[in-house]
Amino acid sequence: MTGLLAADTIAEFLAGYVGEASGYGLTALIHAVIIIQFFAVAPLFYIWLERKVAGRIQDRLGPTRVGGKFGWLQTLADGIKLIQKEDLCPGAADGMLFRLSPYLVFVASFGAFLVLPWSDGWVAQNLDVGVFFMLAVMSLEVIGVVFAGYSSGSKWSLFGGMREAAQVVSYEIPMAMCALVPVIVAGTLNMVDVSRMQSGWFTNWFLFHNPFCFVAFWVYFTVATASVKRAPFDLAEAESELVAGFHTEYSGIRWSYFFMAEYASMFAVSGIATALFLGGWYTGIAPIDEGILVSLREVGGSPSPGVTSVGNYLANLVGMVVFITKGCLLVFLQIWVRWTLPRLRIDQVMQTCLKYLLPISCVLFVGVSVWPLLLNSCLGRTTVLPGEALGNKVPRARVHAVAPRTSAVFERDSNMIVADRAGGGRP
Amino acid sequence: MSGATFLFWVFALGAGGSAIAVVLSQNVVRMALWLILSLGSAAGLFFLLGADFVGATQLLIYVGGTLVLLIFGVMLTASGPFLSLKTNPGEVVLSGVIGCLLLGLILSSTGAVAWDTLPSAKHQDPAGFTPADEGSTLRPLGMSFLGLRPDKDLAGRGNAQVRGGRLSTGYLLPFEIVSVHLLVVLVGAAYLARAKRRKDEVAGE
Repeated sequence: MTGLLAADTIAEFLAGYVGEASGYGLTALIHAVIIIQFFAVAPLFYIWLERKVAGRIQDRLGPTRVGGKFGWLQTLADGIKLIQKEDLCPGAADGMLFRLSPYLVFVASFGAFLVLPWSDGWVAQNLDVGVFFMLAVMSLEVIGVVFAGYSSGSKWSLFGGMREAAQVVSYEIPMAMCALVPVIVAGTLNMVDVSRMQSGWFTNWFLFHNPFCFVAFWVYFTVATASVKRAPFDLAEAESELVAGFHTEYSGIRWSYFFMAEYASMFAVSGIATALFLGGWYTGIAPIDEGILVSLREVGGSPSPGVTSVGNYLANLVGMVVFITKGCLLVFLQIWVRWTLPRLRIDQVMQTCLKYLLPISCVLFVGVSVWPLLLNSCLGRTTVLPGEALGNKVPRARVHAVAPRTSAVFERDSNMIVADRAGGGRP
Repeated sequence: MSGATFLFWVFALGAGGSAIAVVLSQNVVRMALWLILSLGSAAGLFFLLGADFVGATQLLIYVGGTLVLLIFGVMLTASGPFLSLKTNPGEVVLSGVIGCLLLGLILSSTGAVAWDTLPSAKHQDPAGFTPADEGSTLRPLGMSFLGLRPDKDLAGRGNAQVRGGRLSTGYLLPFEIVSVHLLVVLVGAAYLARAKRRKDEVAGE
């Protein structure tokens, strides 16, 4: 069967030229560099967007001068300024931890992008446990923030770090439970497969699949906003109370790493929401997805998404643009919320999570498990709208790929049993 | 050297080196940092073996969960700004002896396994790299936790007769025992950490 991954095809392609070992390394490098590009360029755009949106909401213009009328080079100018600034480390700080923690945050945020499905077959690592991996890696970000707060040798930083730890540890639970709601509908943790199951009209998106998913999306979005420490949950920074929270003592390029990670994480959580609830790379208009794009895939080769051909490349490119657009709209929503709502107090933040969001997500979790059984007993089918079974939308390549391995396991066990028999008296 | 072998050495040295640094470091929070690197490298080894689920679980539970709690504990209990631990020589000797005994135990048991003759050895991809679109550990593991072992029960025809008609039970019972154990720990922690009020205060409210 065809490889379902860009990874496989690039690795096979390169292995033909430079050998398997170098091809493996080069493929990894290509993936990392492509993701780093997005990881670095997206914050440039988002910071500019944040300033423009903030300006408009507060009846100002925002940046207008650098780079022409809209000030779109403002972030780049800021970046150059930040690189030139002195890299300070306070005398009271624990130097090693202080210097290291921005990188910890950066790496944790970057790791999440490895399993984000940009388009059909365009994913750096198509893990079977994609959603779980993403949530696990994003939960590591808090360690960098706590270390930054602790090692700065400053009270403001320590308060910021402690608040961040308390907040993120609590919000992880409802976030994971809300992410599990569409996973239960799909029956897989693989982000590519979850996205594939939402093809067709936008009514097929898991957002509209059942009432529990619909509520889960909004709860997830709230919790995700809190988990990337954005206002109204930005207690770790809280510039009106804590100067700048955990990054009070940072300057220059290390400070900007925190910001790159924050804005990249905003996109990462939006990417999870897009893949799980909003149909991933599909436009949501069936004639485009199943008509124009499918016929585009047939240009210059096989229609299977994994095969490298001109038509597939273009169709995947369209898919990626759709995916990034959806993600950016959610990021815009986060920015909008930030400049509209006032910040909560830390006790209110914890109360919102533990007393409201956590029970709500538990109810959603149970509800979505019972929903198909309820529908089955009332309507005789497991979905509200009649339609194709979700599993049929996923290619069967996976089953064929597993088959030899599974039989190997069977063979091994039967060997052992034969050995057991031969051993006779062994228990 | 293939890419996977290179990565194995990176992760293995990372896990081992950071573990040594945990022991040698004096500062508690730095120890936590080295522990993160060590456990993270172990997660990397799991990913390298294609055990994505185990690797991600390692990251989520040990690195993201347990260590954050550890750091919390250190921060809340430290009296000075940067707490450091001094161990007395007796403890060093004692723990060194126990550590060496454990190492010897592990080495002797790994040495006792004839790896070449294991039937699974020839079925595994020698590079340790599985095609990324193949389900690695998730499905069999999930079914085992539910008490189903199709890999054992379906092996060959008439295998249930070999086992005296009994099906394998999987990991359902150990899983439940562990969850009950965790529940007991949680209840115990809540009991120990509850706000201690004297009876007259409660009566006065």
